[in-house]
Amino acid sequence: MCLAVPSRILEIHTDRAKADFGGVHRTISIQLMPDVKVGDYVLVHTGFAIGKVDPKEAELTLKLVSKMGDLSPVRLLKPDQWGKE
Amino acid sequence: MRFVDEFENPVLARKLIAEIAGMATKPMSFMEFCGGHTHAIMQFGIRQLLPEYVRLMSGPGCPVCVTSQKDIDRAIALSQFPGVLLTTFGDMMRVPGTTYTLQEASAAGSDVRIVYSPMDAVRLAQEHSDRDVVFLGVGFETTAPGIAASILQAARLGLKNYFVFSMHKYTPPAMRGILDGGEVHLDGIIGPGHVATITGSNAWKFLPLEYHMPVVVSGFESVDILLTVRMLVEQVMTGKAEVANAYGRSVFPEGNVVAQRIMDQVFQMADADWRGLGVLPMSGMAIRPEYSAFDAEVRFEIPDVPSREPPGCRCGEVLRGVIEPPECPLFGKICTPDTPRGPCMVSDEGACSAYYLYQTEALG
Repeated sequence: MCLAVPSRILEIHTDRAKADFGGVHRTISIQLMPDVKVGDYVLVHTGFAIGKVDPKEAELTLKLVSKMGDLSPVRLLKPDQWGKE
Repeated sequence: MRFVDEFENPVLARKLIAEIAGMATKPMSFMEFCGGHTHAIMQFGIRQLLPEYVRLMSGPGCPVCVTSQKDIDRAIALSQFPGVLLTTFGDMMRVPGTTYTLQEASAAGSDVRIVYSPMDAVRLAQEHSDRDVVFLGVGFETTAPGIAASILQAARLGLKNYFVFSMHKYTPPAMRGILDGGEVHLDGIIGPGHVATITGSNAWKFLPLEYHMPVVVSGFESVDILLTVRMLVEQVMTGKAEVANAYGRSVFPEGNVVAQRIMDQVFQMADADWRGLGVLPMSGMAIRPEYSAFDAEVRFEIPDVPSREPPGCRCGEVLRGVIEPPECPLFGKICTPDTPRGPCMVSDEGACSAYYLYQTEALG
């Protein structure tokens, strides 16, 4: 029930918007996100935009993961220090 | 689809699996709060990809599953009031009540309609002014703001025939219930990403502060979940406990403040009865007196029928992480998605349904 799907806002009509779900267009409510703009990506749950999807943050996460292994290893505790810090 | 496909990249997933295997050098158990995560973890086969001493267990994050037997029975009873048009999300239809399901009530003459959005229920109320349209409000913080918005919409439209039966629940009290119960040992929590889209990651600060429990808020694709596990392993191995966010594209510390305000305008905290966890103080969302004209519990005298959970069903223990679905003697034998005995096998977020769908598939 907490399933939410990313979509892109195509048109805004007061408290509703037409949104693109990978080629399928649906009308959604933007009452929970009144500041949304055309072109924004949002998560849609039960017909409501509930939060933005930030392309810059998405890029940062992907970059972080693709660089993993190249970074210096995290400092690990020795077994006798587990749970003591 | 953008923001889905990139986060299912197998190259990145393999990288994360290698990181986890290299970092985790002692046994550790993490609970995914959210039933959506349980389904994604089973679907991607993540449990099998992790080192065997990194264990994931499913938690209470399935709103239909945690709805008490009494509330299920009362929802079914509501459908039988003369003139009622009952609207619900699809998950509720096949949940076994003490004597029958909503689907069976519908076959016997109740007018029950599945809607995608509570706004569809408001539209039905506009179209059927001679009927009492009741919406079954089931869900956590992700869902409750939209249902609150539907009540505000009905108020703006001056509707006198739209009612919500509010069974909504707050997620933090359930996490406290699990930790206070002490039945399962946990080293970290996979935080519910879409609940946190609304509440903000700050809502989970009590876990490190009060329980010294690491929590990482997660998205729902394979890379999201593996990154979350990797971040949890790092916290455990370095002895840290903090709220971290692996779902940066949609979760922010403060959350969706507009949605929070709308939710708080319509609902107030009340004690609520959870399947598997019992009555948890201040864990439910009751409709505020200002909006009692839209409260199904005020409009209808819902009969108090004697409720009994399905005999043999261990959904409650599954929700607390005490057993895994296959440990229930009914699982896969007399309880299947076609013949569900309890809600954990019915709901798209139920752990039993996830294990049945993906595990039995994997076993051939």
